[in-house]
Amino acid sequence: MSAAPLLQVDRLGYRYGGGAGCREVSFDLHPGEVLGIAGESGAGKTTLLRLLAGDLAPGAGNVRYATRGDGIVDLHALGEAARRRLLRTDIGIVRQNPRDGLRMDVSAGGNIAERLMQTGTRHYGRLRETAGDWLEAVEIPRARMDDPPREFSGGMQQRVQLARNLVTQPRLLLMDEPTGGLDVSVQARLLDILRRLVHELGLAVVIVTHDLAVIRLLAHRLMIMQNGRVVEEGLTDQVLDDPQHAYTQLLVSSILKG
Amino acid sequence: MNAPETTAAGLAGYNFAYLDEQTKRMIRRALLKAVAIPGYQVPFGSREMPLPYGWGTGGIQVTAAVLGRDDVLKVIDQGADDTTNAVSIRRFFARTAGVRTTTDTAEATLIQTRHRIPETRLREGQVLVFQVPIPEPLRWLEPRETETRRMHAWSEYGAMQTRLYEQIVRYGRIHQTYDYPVSVNDRYLMSPSPIPKFDNPKLHHNPALLLFGAGRERRLYAVPPYTDVRSLDFEDHPFEVEHWDAACALCGARDSYLDEIIVDDRGTRLHVCSDTDYCGRRQAVAREETA
Repeated sequence: MSAAPLLQVDRLGYRYGGGAGCREVSFDLHPGEVLGIAGESGAGKTTLLRLLAGDLAPGAGNVRYATRGDGIVDLHALGEAARRRLLRTDIGIVRQNPRDGLRMDVSAGGNIAERLMQTGTRHYGRLRETAGDWLEAVEIPRARMDDPPREFSGGMQQRVQLARNLVTQPRLLLMDEPTGGLDVSVQARLLDILRRLVHELGLAVVIVTHDLAVIRLLAHRLMIMQNGRVVEEGLTDQVLDDPQHAYTQLLVSSILKG
Repeated sequence: MNAPETTAAGLAGYNFAYLDEQTKRMIRRALLKAVAIPGYQVPFGSREMPLPYGWGTGGIQVTAAVLGRDDVLKVIDQGADDTTNAVSIRRFFARTAGVRTTTDTAEATLIQTRHRIPETRLREGQVLVFQVPIPEPLRWLEPRETETRRMHAWSEYGAMQTRLYEQIVRYGRIHQTYDYPVSVNDRYLMSPSPIPKFDNPKLHHNPALLLFGAGRERRLYAVPPYTDVRSLDFEDHPFEVEHWDAACALCGARDSYLDEIIVDDRGTRLHVCSDTDYCGRRQAVAREETA
């Protein structure tokens, strides 16, 4: 693991009307590292992810990102044009609902190739070649390339979304409940693929979920959030096996039954 | 009620070319901006016109705003000078502005058009005004106006390229035959209005000023003379125009855009030029040669 962090989050805060979305969240993320963020609904997990993705502007603190060419930049001080460019090349976002991250009427191949066309690839044959490679990387047969995602199962849709994000070879992947709404065996397959790709590509990942089993399988480190604050953080096994904070203890005991 | 009296300067009781001067100034200001930023859609305060939306209210307002007393006006619809839309718009300006009208492309200084660019090459100093139903090329991909504006602002045109990609997937070739999207001056994605893609190459480096008006959508845009206009395509599926096996049945042209007409109940087909002025001129030349 290299010394320089890819992402530095410093005392990030965001308020919704009366209540706080998240408060004083700080962490570093290194290349190749998988950070899990867990907590119950309303704990501020998704708010945090939206801040990282630039969807929301923070009320306090900042997010610094180490770009490939331009050194370390403040993600929110960057102009919208530069931020959007970064978001479609260097950072991938996998949404909970594949409908938000995919064009359901465009073929799977077209969905994957879109980001490449966005960045200027104009060769149909090569686009198809690349799209096919990525479909196979997420274990979808190349023959399904011309079918639209609406004809796919939920698990396959989520895998197409993953491929669509990975095609520009980003270094950071943000995932919001990627296994939500999938049954256990389908979840297992998606997690398997994720784990393999994260390892092969050396991706840094922030994964938000309320499912501690997903966290245990994927994440190196874990942050537990409650009411917008990080109440406990550490190595995944350490936090899950020996929770210190009362809320973490409650969370662990209520989910990891038997 | 008596019909309004027509004078040399136009219709009595109406301002020259129907619109009031304040409105014309507003439209001209928008047009200046449109010319300054080729391909960019400039909002303008579109007025009610004495004809329904979809009949060319955008084009007619642009024409009214740029028309001068010395202009010679030509109006075409699908290439023809003698269709209802063309005839009524031409008569409208003949009555409200008292300007000279013509069907001769070379003689006209101002040409309002729907769905075609004349076959006769335009020259410097001429103005071509297009009637545009849907100015936003991204509209069928992204219904939100706020989002399409952002897509233009950041040049995020991958979605349009994806649409062409999908056509090759489904039909083996780019299937778009009219309103074929173009990139203007290497910056803005633009709808060329529903002209056949046959006319797209004429947009590139055209010596005439090309103005586009969409009345219902309240947008104007422009392609100044000699501007780069590139039709979107793929390296291995390059842009191509239509070709016909037939020649024009009336004038024998092989280089013009042909309409296919069914002439009897047995389905006999005839191909004729869609540009009536071009076709008529060629027929006249042929008659002279035989005489």
